[in-house]
Order: sequence, then C-alpha cells, then structure tokens
Amino acid sequence: MQKTYYDPADLKKFGQISEFEPKLAEKFFDWYGDTFEEGALTAKEKALIALAVSHAVACPYCIDAYTSNSLKKGATEAQMMEAVHVAAAIQGGATLVHGVQMMNKVKKLSM
Amino acid sequence: MIKSLKARQHDLSSTDQQLAFLNNGMFADGTLPRFQDKLKSSGYEQLTPAEIEIFQVNVGYMCNMTCKHCHVDAGPDRKEIMTRETIDQCVDIIRKHHIKTLDLTGGAPEMNPDFRYFVTEARKAGAEEIIVRSNLTIILANPKYHDLPDFFKENNVRVVSSLPFYNADKTDRQRGQGVFVKSIEALQMLNAVGYGKEGSDLNLDLVYNPSGAFLPDDQVALERDFKKELKEHYDIDFNSLFTITNIPISRFLEYLINSENYEDYMETLVMSYNPMAVPGLMCRNTISVDYDGYLYDCDFNQMLGLKVAAPKSQHIKDYDADVLSKRQIVINQHCYGCTAGAGSSCQGTTT
Repeated sequence: MQKTYYDPADLKKFGQISEFEPKLAEKFFDWYGDTFEEGALTAKEKALIALAVSHAVACPYCIDAYTSNSLKKGATEAQMMEAVHVAAAIQGGATLVHGVQMMNKVKKLSM
Repeated sequence: MIKSLKARQHDLSSTDQQLAFLNNGMFADGTLPRFQDKLKSSGYEQLTPAEIEIFQVNVGYMCNMTCKHCHVDAGPDRKEIMTRETIDQCVDIIRKHHIKTLDLTGGAPEMNPDFRYFVTEARKAGAEEIIVRSNLTIILANPKYHDLPDFFKENNVRVVSSLPFYNADKTDRQRGQGVFVKSIEALQMLNAVGYGKEGSDLNLDLVYNPSGAFLPDDQVALERDFKKELKEHYDIDFNSLFTITNIPISRFLEYLINSENYEDYMETLVMSYNPMAVPGLMCRNTISVDYDGYLYDCDFNQMLGLKVAAPKSQHIKDYDADVLSKRQIVINQHCYGCTAGAGSSCQGTTT
C-alpha cells in the first residue's frame, strides 16, 4: 500500500476501474468520450469548463489532465486562469449567498 | 540570444550522444517498446518508400534566430551552407527525375547567398511547386531581404511560415523576444502582395508547433482559432495551418531533459502511436538533402546524421532513383514523433 493518497501515476490507470465493474465502466467511458467531442461547444471550451470544475472539486488528477488538455487545445494561460476564477467565484458566491439565510435567521431571532 | 548546442559544445550537439540518449533509459529497460517493434506489432515489417515527390533541401543551418525547440540547432553561429555547385547538382536531379516539389528549408533558407538563384533555376528545371520554409522575421532582418515578398510572388513560391501561437507571449517564449511583432509585420507584408488572400494563387501556410512538452491537437480546430484571432486583431489572412509535433531531438530534446519532461513526453508519444499515420509519413515520399549534398530520409534523420540506407546513392552526385526506391527507411525512437495522434509531417497531419 502506498504511503500517500495521491500518486500521479494513478491517473494513467483510470481505465482500470473497469477491472471491478466492466459494464458500468464501459458506459461511463463511452459517455465521457462523447461529452468531450466537439458539439455546440468547441472542444477547447469544454476543456476549459473541465479545468474550472477540476478546481472546484479539488481533484489533482483532473487538474493535471485538463491543464495539459487545455494547452493542447490551444488555450492561453489567461483563459485558463480566468476559468479557475470562474470556479472560485461560484464557490465564493455559493458560500456568501448563504449569508442571506444567516441574516434572515438573525433578523427573526433578534429584536 | 541563446547559442546553438554546437557553439556551447553541448553533449547533445553530437549525433552519437543524441542517439545513445534516445536508445537508453526507458527503451533499453523495456519500459517502452522500440519504434521498430511497435511498427512490427502493427503490421509493418519495415518502412519502405513510395515514389519520391518532394525534394526537401536544407540549404544551410545559419539562421537569424535561435528558437528553443529548433531540431536543426540553427542559429547565427552556424556556418554550414550549401554551395552553388551543390545547388546545381540538385537542380540537375530535379530536371532529370521530374521532381514535382522543391521544399527549401534551413536555418533561414533565404540567408543562403544563392537562395534566389536556386529558386529561379529550379523553376526552369521544371519544379511545379517550390516551397520556402520561412521564419518570417528574416524579411525584416536586413534591408536586403525586404523585397522577399515580391521575389516570392514573382516566382510563385509557396510560403510556409512558423508561428507557434497567435499571441506574443507564447510565440516569444519559443522563438525569442520580439519575434511575434516582427512575424505579424512580415505576414502583413506577404498579405499586401497577395499572399493568403481569397482568390489569389499565392499560398501562405502557417506552421503550429506546440510551445512546450505537449502534442498538437486537432488541426482543424486550431486553424479555426488562428484564422479568427489573426483576422480580428491583425487583419491577417492565410491558407492553411499545419500542426507539427516537436520531435525529441536537438534543442527540443535539450528542453525536454532540462525541464524534466523527457520521460513523460516519450511515454505520451508512444501511447499516442497511430498505425493509420504510417502510410502518409513524409519519409515515404521525400528525400532530404543536406548543405553538403548528402541524402537522408527526412530532415530529422539529417540532424541525427542518419544517411539513407543506400550506400551507392548517399550523395546527390550519385543520385540513383532506382537504388533509393529499394531502400529501407532508417528509423529510431524519434520516429514516434511523426506517428503520434493524427500523424505529423512538414505538411501537417498525415491521416
């Protein structure tokens, strides 16, 4: 058993999740592949969304994969950092908007 | 400006050292399959040539730039240059063997004092298409080059130019400070004489090399982005974008090693091996000629000193089409660069 929870080498083994449950893995990877195909959104736009979500879910594997992928798709560093800010803004906003709930409760309880 | 590996007397300026490096490590201990074995496992016993259509002539390693990724190790300090005598021998072969395409590369091919002579003589000898692989900045480097767009136009030379990105940041990091601005100006000069314009037969193509340790992606999508950005911001038009994979030799190899990306990059190349890219490999329809007249399967083999495996026809003066057609193409681990993904050649993808 390795001594750390995350190992960069594990990213390349992602496909091996099919070892324990092949049928669902196959469905997942087919769907995953189709999701990232060029469609109404370009493949580059999808890579940038994936990069932003990777940060929001704090997944080191995903950040590794979608940093490389965004570069490959021709994204600029500025576009990539803006995508991360979008994720951070939504996360920050999601925390702060609950402040309204807190305020509602405060106002209800206070004279 | 950085100096060439040769001027720095770097280990990697030796072709033997480069080949030793490429064949050691992961390929020696079996972590990665050798290119030859990979070819075999996908049904190709050996790599054989098709009809020779393109003469890619490297007229010298001198260049006004020293790009970080240069597979030629070109630069202002390189003095190797093709003489008029060798140029005449090349023209002779073009005439006798009805070679369709002459593809001029370097260094900066325009810096060869007989560059214009070569173009006009090759045209007289019957070359249907003449390509110049221009770094763009050469057009502005010295007043004697300012009229190159007109010269290209008069001789209907197809201009293929390097531009790794549509912004200054990424371009300059690969090609040197201030290169992007000069490249844009040169492209506008080419547009001004009709290159890349709709309805014009003057062809202007751009070459995209990734500015780092990653592979190029979909050529069509990148071309769309380049066209949109260059038009919107600089009113530049061009015909096609060729995506070219950086081959792990020379200064790009140096970069991979120094940035600790070598192993991951090689693994990515091997994982991306695409047997469908093999039939369209440029080594199958191209002969590469060096400044001294020696023959190679491609410009990369030229830089590794791997001459064609046809002992009786290794120099332009001994050019024998029959002997060359029966040769085997010399391969090594760097060949993975051209078979990765959608394939890579001097004309872009091969699939």
